[in-house]
Amino acid sequence: MTAAHAKLEPDIAPPISERGPAPKKIVIAYGFWIFLLSDFVLFSAFFAAYAVQSTATAGGPGGRALFDLKLVAAETALLLLSSFACGMAGIAMMVKRERWFQLAMAVTGLLGAGFLAIETHEFVKLVGEGAGPQRSAFLSAFFALVGCHGLHVTLGLVWLTTMMAQIRTKGFRDDIERRVACFMLFWHALDIIWVALFTTVYLLGSNI
Amino acid sequence: MLGKLGWGSIPFDQPLPLAASSVVALAILGVLGWAWRAGHFPYLWREWITSVDHKRIGVMYCLLALVMLLRGFSDALLMRGQQAIAYGNPGYLDAGHFAQLFSAHGTIMIFFVAMTFMIGLINFAVPLQLGVRDVAFPTLNSVSFWLTASGALLINVSLIVGEFAQTGWVVYPPLSELRFSPGVGVDYYIWAIQISGVGTLLTGVNFVTTILKTRAPGMSYMRMPMFCWTALATNLLIVAAFPILTATLAMLSLDRYLGFHFFTNEAGGNQMMFVNLIWAWGHPEVYILVLPAFGIFSEVVATFSSKPLFGYRSMVVATMAIFLLSFTVWLHHFFTMGAGADVNAFFGVMTMIIAVPTGVKVFNWLFTMYGGRIRFETPMLWSIGFVVTFVIGGMTGVLLAVPPADFQLHNSLFLVAHFHNVVIGGVLFGAFAGVAYWWPKAFGFRLDERWGKRAFWLWITGFYLAFVPLYLLGLMGMTRRLASYDVPGWHAWLLVAGAGALLIAAGIACQAMQIYVSVRDRARLIDESGDPWNGRTLEWSTSSPPPHFNYAILPQVEDRDAFWLMKQARDETDRPRYAKIEMPRNSATGVVSAFFASVMGFALVWHIWWLVALGLLGAWATFVVFAWRDRSEQEVPAVELRKLDRAHRRAATR
Repeated sequence: MTAAHAKLEPDIAPPISERGPAPKKIVIAYGFWIFLLSDFVLFSAFFAAYAVQSTATAGGPGGRALFDLKLVAAETALLLLSSFACGMAGIAMMVKRERWFQLAMAVTGLLGAGFLAIETHEFVKLVGEGAGPQRSAFLSAFFALVGCHGLHVTLGLVWLTTMMAQIRTKGFRDDIERRVACFMLFWHALDIIWVALFTTVYLLGSNI
Repeated sequence: MLGKLGWGSIPFDQPLPLAASSVVALAILGVLGWAWRAGHFPYLWREWITSVDHKRIGVMYCLLALVMLLRGFSDALLMRGQQAIAYGNPGYLDAGHFAQLFSAHGTIMIFFVAMTFMIGLINFAVPLQLGVRDVAFPTLNSVSFWLTASGALLINVSLIVGEFAQTGWVVYPPLSELRFSPGVGVDYYIWAIQISGVGTLLTGVNFVTTILKTRAPGMSYMRMPMFCWTALATNLLIVAAFPILTATLAMLSLDRYLGFHFFTNEAGGNQMMFVNLIWAWGHPEVYILVLPAFGIFSEVVATFSSKPLFGYRSMVVATMAIFLLSFTVWLHHFFTMGAGADVNAFFGVMTMIIAVPTGVKVFNWLFTMYGGRIRFETPMLWSIGFVVTFVIGGMTGVLLAVPPADFQLHNSLFLVAHFHNVVIGGVLFGAFAGVAYWWPKAFGFRLDERWGKRAFWLWITGFYLAFVPLYLLGLMGMTRRLASYDVPGWHAWLLVAGAGALLIAAGIACQAMQIYVSVRDRARLIDESGDPWNGRTLEWSTSSPPPHFNYAILPQVEDRDAFWLMKQARDETDRPRYAKIEMPRNSATGVVSAFFASVMGFALVWHIWWLVALGLLGAWATFVVFAWRDRSEQEVPAVELRKLDRAHRRAATR
């Protein structure tokens, strides 16, 4: 029974679990969601390590002395805006307007790069103050957790530019659009991680 | 330029590993040279190495597992030999070598034998059982396999270039930290597991999606074969647990490479955090291994009893209960941490509870056999051997789950006997049952029964002879991982255990002989029907070996044991209409990206940073090239489908 047929006669349509293999678009997005879940598990291990080590400052500085919430607020703003731009790129893709798509993707990437620049600045500053990851277990866990997110953003930028080049050379082809959709899921997922990170590391941590 | 690598890295002064690895290297080069000269290389490249066909990938996984079984078992023989001899003398292995052996043995057997076998069989059978043409992401599947092979390669390279970890297979810090393990052994472990771990994670993603999103029309969840259910649970566990391993080993490498303090003795590092994290992966890993084996036994027992599986629903519930509970018992691996009586009591009770669904399964298998017409062919022998052996292993496990008992028995040979009891009796017997069961489907001829039965009896006798003494030795206070000892009471038992290992070696020799004889006599063992065991599930409804597209027409599933029902109501006049289909094209992405991953892993071990960058860049470029191709699928015309399908129908009804 075809899907169209099933729509016409809902009474005799088999339940969704019996309708045979799902279309490619659904299968690919579903698979990517599963991958994202696994990525969240990866982060959860780093979060857990941070929670365990958050007080293990070994006589060194803690969050209150180190974190600059103004910088973090700027980082958050950049990342959230880049997600918004990414959503715009998604809309441009839906209506197949390449110029707008490339523009929105470029903005997304620049905002992401700005985020990374601030993060790098923060890391360099901390290391310069003698508060590098070698100083204490707390700082090890901090650098690893925040750095893991930063690494994801970096990989996201590599992916983003690759997708821009693909759309440029191949146009809005089905399989490439599916890839762009996966990239967008990835980019938004990094926001979710950042919200958790911002809260547990910076907001809670600036009291320690 | 070459980091820590130099001529001193090759152990010229140690003849044993050097000779062993040279023989292996020569054998591999010999096989490759022969294949090249005989002109098989284009065929191998086209049909196997770049194949994205789940059946071929499954066969390659099983082949890799078989080869690694030989490597891991050689380590076991060396250790058994050492302990049989080293009473009151140092034996032939010094403590450092002995430590490398038990570390490599554990790592190889878990990651590259048990898990590789299970993933191989899942790859081969699950899409066929679901009645579909391939997995959700065929090229990714090939990447997974080659990354696994890359990890296996790295571990074996450590035999000849450098050394392997001396820390045991779960590399506990602080021993595994740079301060106490300054060599490259732990680094080989880390990168081999990280690279193959990525492959495993991708397999998990792939099969969760395949099972949940691509099934034949009519196959609702409660109509799936049992093996698909256990494969689903296993792959969900992979997705949920493997990232924890990746993160944990990443933290350890940050400690070792960049001076972080996650698990060090200084600056607030916390070793127990490592132990907690690694077992938060490690206990689910136990079920990642054994659940597919449970599925294989369910298929085999039902088929060879000529009955539907007893208590299908309870089996599904038990599988999913084990899946959930497996995350709630990790602390029983370290009751002696000192978490206190309350925490230990909780994890002790949870561990006893997780034995309940396993017990449900055992009774289901027994009731499936009860009143059935049982055929005692090799897959069934392995299954019955499993039930008996696994029940014993499970009971000693429940004994270890009692914290006061565990305080006496932990880190003793009793524990070693217990986990070999469940991993050999459960996973390995499951793999052997699965290989014997699906071999005719994969190759179109059966395995020779006589050599199979010999292998089974030697294995099971050898197993009990090798491991029952270890239970006794554990109760006598012998700790694990001893290179030599001077307690007179232990010696006789260790001699018996050594004899058991020799019997197992004979069993493995019989298995090699079985494969040789079966290939030689394939004309005698041929199966043209595609259904040699009077099977119940869909994979037996297509030809053996199946065409690359599995099914010319996707089967319509009406109920559980779909093929059994089809056979009851076979319609000879049925003339289906064939329509062209699209199948994924082969791709070298897997093997090329794994090549770069191997290069990168090796460079990371030896701190050759420019080569690391090169490897990373190469892997990325490989994926870009893959992403840039314009045709990802090829058409199979209706004429070809009709021709092959008609031929199979004639053969099946003959």
